[in-house]
Amino acid sequence: MTMELQQSLEYAAPEVRSRVRPFAAPDDVRSEPRFVRIGIIALATAFLSVFVVLPLVVVFAQAFSKGVSAYFAALSDPEALSAIRLTLLVAAISVSLNLVFGVIAAWAIAKFEFSGKTALVTLIDLPFSVSPVISGLVFVLLFGAQGYWGPWLQSHNIHVLFALPGIALATSFVTFPFVARALIPLMQEQGTQEEEAAISLGASGLQTFFRVTLPNIKWGVLYGVLLCNARAMGEFGAVSVVSGHVRGETNTMPLLVEILYNEYQFVSSFAIASLLAMLALITLIAKTMLERHIDEEELPHDD
Amino acid sequence: MIRRLLPAVAGLLLWASSAVAADLTLLNVSYDPTRELYADFNKAFAAAYSKETGKSVEIKQSHGGSGSQARAVIDGLQADVVTLALAYDIDAIASKGLIAADWQKRLPLNAAPYTSTIVFLVRKGNPKGIKDWDDLIKPGVDVITPNPKTSGGARWNYLAAWGYAERKFGSADKAKQFVADLYKNVPVLDAGARGSTVTFVERGVGDVLLAWENEAFLAQREFGKDKFEIVSPPLSILAEPPLAVVDTVADKKGTRAVAEAYLRYWYTKEGQEIAARNSYRPRDSEIAKEYENSFAKVELFTIDEVFGGWAKAQKEHFAEGGVFDQIYKN
Repeated sequence: MTMELQQSLEYAAPEVRSRVRPFAAPDDVRSEPRFVRIGIIALATAFLSVFVVLPLVVVFAQAFSKGVSAYFAALSDPEALSAIRLTLLVAAISVSLNLVFGVIAAWAIAKFEFSGKTALVTLIDLPFSVSPVISGLVFVLLFGAQGYWGPWLQSHNIHVLFALPGIALATSFVTFPFVARALIPLMQEQGTQEEEAAISLGASGLQTFFRVTLPNIKWGVLYGVLLCNARAMGEFGAVSVVSGHVRGETNTMPLLVEILYNEYQFVSSFAIASLLAMLALITLIAKTMLERHIDEEELPHDD
Repeated sequence: MIRRLLPAVAGLLLWASSAVAADLTLLNVSYDPTRELYADFNKAFAAAYSKETGKSVEIKQSHGGSGSQARAVIDGLQADVVTLALAYDIDAIASKGLIAADWQKRLPLNAAPYTSTIVFLVRKGNPKGIKDWDDLIKPGVDVITPNPKTSGGARWNYLAAWGYAERKFGSADKAKQFVADLYKNVPVLDAGARGSTVTFVERGVGDVLLAWENEAFLAQREFGKDKFEIVSPPLSILAEPPLAVVDTVADKKGTRAVAEAYLRYWYTKEGQEIAARNSYRPRDSEIAKEYENSFAKVELFTIDEVFGGWAKAQKEHFAEGGVFDQIYKN
C-alpha cells in the first residue's frame, strides 16, 4: 500500500512542480485557463442580457412604440395618475410605519438581551417566507365582511378592506422585514460600547439613541428604507387580494399594468411598467452608493 | 439631506391625497370582458342622468373573474350594483343576505338586459377546419378555455358543449364523455375569460378559443380580421349575464334611486344600442333587427331548458366533486 502510494506521489510530483514553476505564465498559475475565463464571462453576460437587459429594453421599447406623445398621454390618463398617487401614498405610509417599527425592533434586538429574542427575529422574517397572496388573504379573513372584525367595522362604517387602509396594511406587512433586517447585523457589529460610554457620561436613554445610535446607523436606515420602498411600490400579490380593483381608486401601479395589458392597451401598460422599471434602476444605483457608506459605518470608529 | 427632502415629500402627499368628487358615485362590480361595454355605457348613463335630474354621477368600475368578484362583494367590497357573468354568482351574494332572494324577478327578462353566446375564435383561414362542437374533440386540436371553477365564461363554455352533446347523442352519459374528450384537448386552463383570450391571441397557444361572442368580436377588432376568424356553431347556449342592486350597500349609502335608474337604463333604446354596438345581443326587437347582420344566426338553448337552472347546474357540474372534477381528474 505505502509503496503504491509513494509511487503515485513520485509520478505526480514532476507534474506538480512544473505547474508552480515561477517562470510559467503568471496568469495560468493564478486563474483558470483563458478559454474557461472567457467562457464564464460570456455566459454571465449572455445570462444578464437575456434575463435583465432584454426585458428592460422591451419594456421601454413597448412604452415608446407609438411615440413620445402617446407615452406621456398614457401617463397623464386620470386612471394612471390615480394609480401613481395611490402607489406613492401607500409606499409613504408603509415605509414610515416600517421605519419606526424596524428601527425600534433592530435596536431592541441588537443592543439588549431578553428572553424570546430568537422568536422575535423569526417573527420579523415571517413576511419573507409567506407567499404574498396568503398575506393578503389573512387581512381578508380579519377585516372582510365575513371575517373576525368585519361586522363591527361595517356597522361603524369603517372601510379597511378594498380601500386605502387595507392596501397600506397588506403592503406594510409584506415589507416589514426590510428595515429591521438591514439594521440588525449592522447594529450587532457596532456593539454597545459607544452607548455604554454615552450613558456613563450621563446621557439619558433617548439622548443616547438620537445622538449616538442613530448617527451610527443612518446609512443603514436609508438602505432599509430604499429596499422597503422599492418592494412597497412593486408589491402585486398581497395588494391584488385586498384591493377590490376599483378603477381610478384602489388600483396601484402594478395592478394597473396587468389590467391595461389585459385590455390590449400595450402602450399604456408598458408606460406604467417603465415607471416601475425606472424605480428599480434608481433603487439599484442608490443601493450601490449606500452600500459604500455602510461599509464605512461598519469600520471601528476609534482608528 | 433629510430636511431638504421633507417639503418635497409633504407636497407629494398633498397631491396624493387630493381627489375630485361628483354628486353621486356608484361602484359597479362586474366581470372580466365587460370593461369596454361599461366604459361606453357609463358615459351615456351619466349624461342622461344629469340631463334628467341635474345631478352628476360618477360610476366606478371593478373587473375580474365573475366568481372572485362575487367573493369580494361578500367580503365587503362596497358595490352598489353587481353585473356578473351568471346568475349563480349573484345568488351566492344573495345567500349572504346582501341582496334580496328574489332579485332576478325585480328587473325584466331575468334581470339580463343583454345576452351573448359561446362561439369559436380560430386563426386565419381556419387551418384545422373547425365548424361545429364535434370538431373540438378531434385529436390534435388544442382548445383554449378558462377554468370553470373560477370563470363564469368557462362555465357557459362547458354547459354549451354539454347541451350540444346531450341533444346530439341523446344521453347525459354520452354528453359527459363528450365533454371529457373536449377537456382532454385543453392544454391550459386560465383563471378568467380575458386570460384565455390573451393566451390564445397574444401568446399564440391553441387552435381554437371558446369565447363569449362579444369577447371574440373584441379580439377581432383589436387585432384585425386578417388574423382571426369567428366560427359560430349552429347550436349554442343563450348566456344571460344578470344585474342586481346590492341592497345592503345601496341602502346604507343612500344610492338606491340612482343605482336602480342605472340598471333600468339598460332597458332603454339607448342602452340596448350600446349593448349591440359592443357585440352583446340586445333584447329589444327593433335594435336587434337593426344589428341583425352583426350576429350569426345560432339556435340557442337556455340553461333552464337543459339544466334546470343555475343552482342545479352549479351543484351537479361545478361543485366540489361534481362532474367537472370527475372528468378533469381522469
